[in-house]
Amino acid sequence: MNSANYLYLSALLFTIGAVGVVIRRNAIVVFMCVELMLNAANLSFVTFSRINGNLDGQVVAFFTMVVAACEVVVGLAIIVTIYRSRRSASVDDANLLKR
Amino acid sequence: MTSNLIVYLIAIPLISSAVLLLSGRKANKWGHLLGTLASASSFGIGAYLFTQMLAQPTEERALTQKLFSWISVGSFNVDASLLLDQLSVCFVLLITGVGTLIHIYSISYMSHDLDRRRFFAYLNLFIAAMLLLVLGDSYLNLYVGWEGVGLASYLLIGFWNQKPTYATAAKKAFVMNRVGDLGLSLAIMIAFASMGTVSFAGIEEAAPKASTTTLTAIGIMLLIAAAGKSAQFPLQAWLGDAMAGPTPVSALIHAATMVTAGVYLITRSNFIFDAAPTAQLLVVIVGAITLLFGAIVGTAKDDIKKALAASTMSQIGYMILATGLGPVGYAFAIMHLLTHGFFKAGMFLGAGSVMHGMNDEVNMRKYGALRKFMPITFITFGLGYLAIIGVPPFAGFYSKDMIIETALNAGGIKGILLGSAALFGAGLTAFYMTRVMILTFSGTKRWDDDAHPHESPILMWLPMAILAIGSVASGFLFTRGDALVNWLEPVVAPHEHGEHSELLPPIVVSGIALTIVLIGILIAVMMYVRRPVEDVAPENVSALTKIVRQDLLQDVANETIFMRPGQGLTKALVAVDEKVIDGAVHGIGAMAIGSGSELRKSQTGYVRSYSALILVGAAAIVLGIWVITQ
Repeated sequence: MNSANYLYLSALLFTIGAVGVVIRRNAIVVFMCVELMLNAANLSFVTFSRINGNLDGQVVAFFTMVVAACEVVVGLAIIVTIYRSRRSASVDDANLLKR
Repeated sequence: MTSNLIVYLIAIPLISSAVLLLSGRKANKWGHLLGTLASASSFGIGAYLFTQMLAQPTEERALTQKLFSWISVGSFNVDASLLLDQLSVCFVLLITGVGTLIHIYSISYMSHDLDRRRFFAYLNLFIAAMLLLVLGDSYLNLYVGWEGVGLASYLLIGFWNQKPTYATAAKKAFVMNRVGDLGLSLAIMIAFASMGTVSFAGIEEAAPKASTTTLTAIGIMLLIAAAGKSAQFPLQAWLGDAMAGPTPVSALIHAATMVTAGVYLITRSNFIFDAAPTAQLLVVIVGAITLLFGAIVGTAKDDIKKALAASTMSQIGYMILATGLGPVGYAFAIMHLLTHGFFKAGMFLGAGSVMHGMNDEVNMRKYGALRKFMPITFITFGLGYLAIIGVPPFAGFYSKDMIIETALNAGGIKGILLGSAALFGAGLTAFYMTRVMILTFSGTKRWDDDAHPHESPILMWLPMAILAIGSVASGFLFTRGDALVNWLEPVVAPHEHGEHSELLPPIVVSGIALTIVLIGILIAVMMYVRRPVEDVAPENVSALTKIVRQDLLQDVANETIFMRPGQGLTKALVAVDEKVIDGAVHGIGAMAIGSGSELRKSQTGYVRSYSALILVGAAAIVLGIWVITQ
């Protein structure tokens, strides 16, 4: 199977994630789209690792997973805290830093 | 020869002035006595030094005293040294002699003034500065005195500065004097740059080697200085307003001494002017214009002090004219200066005496018939009058006649022009002085109701009497055996005695002068004795009279030529400062603030817009890299 197809899939997933971040208001959905972008990047790393025949990309993918896990912990905590105080999970409501 | 006494001439009045200024109200009781004593002791020392000089042979008469080394930079050395030679001793005796008499007069004249002590302090300051001016042995020393008398003049003109017009007059005098002072400082700078020295002796030595252009430049700058200090055209406008000062000040500073400093400066710089014919020609032109200008202004003045001030301007014009005539003229200029010092100071004191008796009224149209009430003032003023119009054998006859004669003999068309100007000026002098006499002392009473004229006390009339004696006798004494001319010869060095080609014999010149003077007197008598004098100045007069009443539009001219363009320039500079310089600074600030507030609009607070921006930015970078690496 042609390795380039994995890259096309990766680009597609990344685009879906990016569009989701920009257009969705729900913080949980935005968060999931961020995860989608991270995993699209992981897919690229792994594909390039395979194309080049070494393990560098695989290693970076593991690092990305670790960082993503940490980010999920912090991010979900923030979302839950904001929801508790503002009764809303919409990212547009959390705009107090303006001005 | 050296002498250790010269410094005391200056030091005594200077210390006395400092004591009077610093000791406060305690000194009110004896301040005027200390001031008078200081001036009198200076006169005593001056007289003693004069006798010492007389005892010496001609070439060893000049006395010097080195005080300290003032400036020493590389090869350039200026000592604070004093030089008492034949020229300066004339001034020393005039300044301290007339000065002492005026101090005595002021004791009585200023007795009702609360600030009499301060007045005497300023007078002493003036005496000290004026003595430094005439005793300095270099232009730099002279300059210190020159500024000192300017300061004293300013302080004394504005002595009654509670009246805003008087304070303005003081400021006007000071500012116009600054213009002249600029000339003097430029002259000193040119002399230093081209000859490397500023002492009289050094420049006299270097002058023959210097180029005519340099000497002409120095000469013109010195002339500007002289014009400023001596109220000569075109810097004459301050003298009339300077009459705001108390009358003794007008007598001492603005008639007898300070205003003649210009004549001293030109005479002292004879070695420069003799080698710079262009500058010398300008000197005679300035002198001739001023002598006519002052005389014409004097004919229309109703204020007795301003009439005398116009006359002073005109008489100094004669002196400047004489100094411009070269070696033959210097001695006559100094002679006229000395006789003028006597008769004009005497007349100013007389005017003060009249004002004292008339509740400080200065308008001559409010006087009249004062002869009977003030006989001593009348006689002393009258002797001064006879002296100034040049009736023989009074002092002015000798000195003014000499100047007219020398002017006529200057040669060619120049001599005829200058001589006619001097003769015409003499006629005008006779006219306006006769007018002053008639308006003040004869005719009908035109007094205000509360005027009670009375003769002044002895402290006032005694100085007037002494000055009147000087007005009578000094001319005769100076000319007897050419005494003054021979005395001054070592300083001003006339080339040879009988060199001039005489246009007219002296006796004819005297005759013409006297005839013109007589015509002047007769016209005045016709106008002011035969016709009644009104106590307000008539309004239906010719346009010419109106112009003369405004001092020949001197203030209008100064305002249109210098003041308004000057103000315009200032306004333009302020506008440039505000618009261009401040504008640039404010513009940069406004630009920073504006761009900041524009940029701030991108900070919406919406997470999604931030993330979109990040995305666009990242895409742009990737695109950029892709384009570059293609």
